[in-house]
Amino acid sequence: MSITTSFDVNRIRQDFPILSQTIRGRPMVFLDSAASAQKPRAVIDAMVGAMETQYANVHRGLHWMSERTTEAYEACRDAVATLMNARDRSEIVFTNNITGSINLMAHSYGRGILKPGQAVVISGMEHHSNIVPWQLLRDSHAIELRVVPITNYGELDMEAFEDLLRDGKVGLVSITHMSNVLGTVTPAERIVRVAHKYGAKVMFDGAQAIVHRKVDVQALDCDFYAWTGHKLYGPTGIGVLWGRKELLEQMPPFMGGGDMISSVTYEKSTWAQVPHKFEAGTPAILEGIGLKAAIDYVQGIGYDALAAHEAALTEHALARLSTIKGLTIIGQAQDRGGVISFAMDGAHAHDVATLLDRQGIAVRAGHHCAEPLMQRLNLDSTARASFGVYTTHEEVDALATGLERVRSFFK
Amino acid sequence: MKQTDDFADLYQEVILDHGRHPRHGKRLEAFDVTAKGDNPMCGDRVQVWVKLDNGTIGAVGFEARGCAISVASADLMVEAVQGRDPADTKALFEAFRDMARTGSCRHCAAELEAPLERLAPLSGVHEYPSRVKCATLPWHALIAALDGVKEATSE
Ligand SMILES: Cc1ncc(COP(=O)(O)O)c(C=O)c1O
Repeated sequence: MSITTSFDVNRIRQDFPILSQTIRGRPMVFLDSAASAQKPRAVIDAMVGAMETQYANVHRGLHWMSERTTEAYEACRDAVATLMNARDRSEIVFTNNITGSINLMAHSYGRGILKPGQAVVISGMEHHSNIVPWQLLRDSHAIELRVVPITNYGELDMEAFEDLLRDGKVGLVSITHMSNVLGTVTPAERIVRVAHKYGAKVMFDGAQAIVHRKVDVQALDCDFYAWTGHKLYGPTGIGVLWGRKELLEQMPPFMGGGDMISSVTYEKSTWAQVPHKFEAGTPAILEGIGLKAAIDYVQGIGYDALAAHEAALTEHALARLSTIKGLTIIGQAQDRGGVISFAMDGAHAHDVATLLDRQGIAVRAGHHCAEPLMQRLNLDSTARASFGVYTTHEEVDALATGLERVRSFFK
Repeated sequence: MKQTDDFADLYQEVILDHGRHPRHGKRLEAFDVTAKGDNPMCGDRVQVWVKLDNGTIGAVGFEARGCAISVASADLMVEAVQGRDPADTKALFEAFRDMARTGSCRHCAAELEAPLERLAPLSGVHEYPSRVKCATLPWHALIAALDGVKEATSE
């Protein structure tokens, strides 16, 4: 990988209007991109431009505006298909966020394809959105829920994973591709190989991973892959579920309504082809147009440059933060992305976050929607810094200096 | 623009001190009522034990797991409520909550001025709506205990 040759972060920053904001009279140091990323001008312009010049409902009208809007919206499906290297654009289902994608899976695949007595495997470092839908399925549909433990380094215990699959009862593995707390990137290819060996299908929660690396669903050989637009510099309100077409075709619909039918009578309705079978109601039209612009923006930079930039930042941050006395970095995975959780001796994560905020530095603090992981780590909460395409080395330095100040204040 | 990165206007010495060394941060062996408070959004937890003394609040102890603000608030609360009857305590809580939300108490009864002054170091949280709950959680637990309710969550 050629390191940052074509990458000028200061030029990138000019693409994000919000970064010129000041917080408490200081430049904003935004280290909370893993919660939601900022939006480039291209996304803003695409959405505003659509509202100002080209907007109507999609898939319905026979008039010019509707046709053009449908084209613009459906172009997002093509962009997503290319981004993920899907075999076919009809494998891309739009949802409202990844939480919607996983709930779709738990309802449609869980109730429609899995049989009572089968099991779903998740891991010990999932976001609540990849835990709770499966619990609801377990309780309503007699599906067993199994959890792969994590090691003290914050990596998946792959031996335990294989053990969980051995009895052949597992129908679906649904695991994060990158932890939003530990930054751990999970060994996706290996997970798929092992799961397929025992006849289980695999879905990844790619909410974090797709922001940091190229996701090629054919190379991964997985069966489903879900993510959320707002973390990839796109708007809120749109998420993605990619699935193998033959699987999507077997699955019953999740929500019923307009746009998802082929015909409706009181006796019986028939469903539209995939992906529309899963897309009831007026979709997130403007958000789709915005997400297309976000994908074009990311593709314009290129995942190689993006990953190299974040790897350099992460390395720099780990080096700087590890020199701060009393600061513990949570999670030491070999393969990791630009999300770093930490705890400070004698200071609660909320106090740390508030005192960083007073220096204009935005980090997240809390359980990060991953309470079972927190219990495993024996922590109530952590503070978390996360990086985006626009994050600079100077911002990482500001974090380190800010933390030194917090530490001396609490000592 | 003035840089307002000062730590001390939010974390005054009183808060740091009571947050680090709470005077009343222990379970009471002999008590009449107790309740837990839980802030599910951030994981802060507190339990409050109260010994009643002829209808007024006698000894109070608490155990808190949370940030400096929640621990300090619990400790300062204990000092503020001892000797008050439940109705009085609720009135003080309402005034304190108003102060935590807005930075000052706008319609405070004159007799509450003295105890509120003692609680005033916590008023800086009004800048952080999500952290107002850190300051009010111990009060929710106390009021729940006085009302005979076992558990409270911050609103
Ligand atoms: C790993 C992971 N999964 C799922 C989610 C949920 O995303 P959303 O709230 O957009 O559905 C998040 C982010 O909050 C996440 O980091």
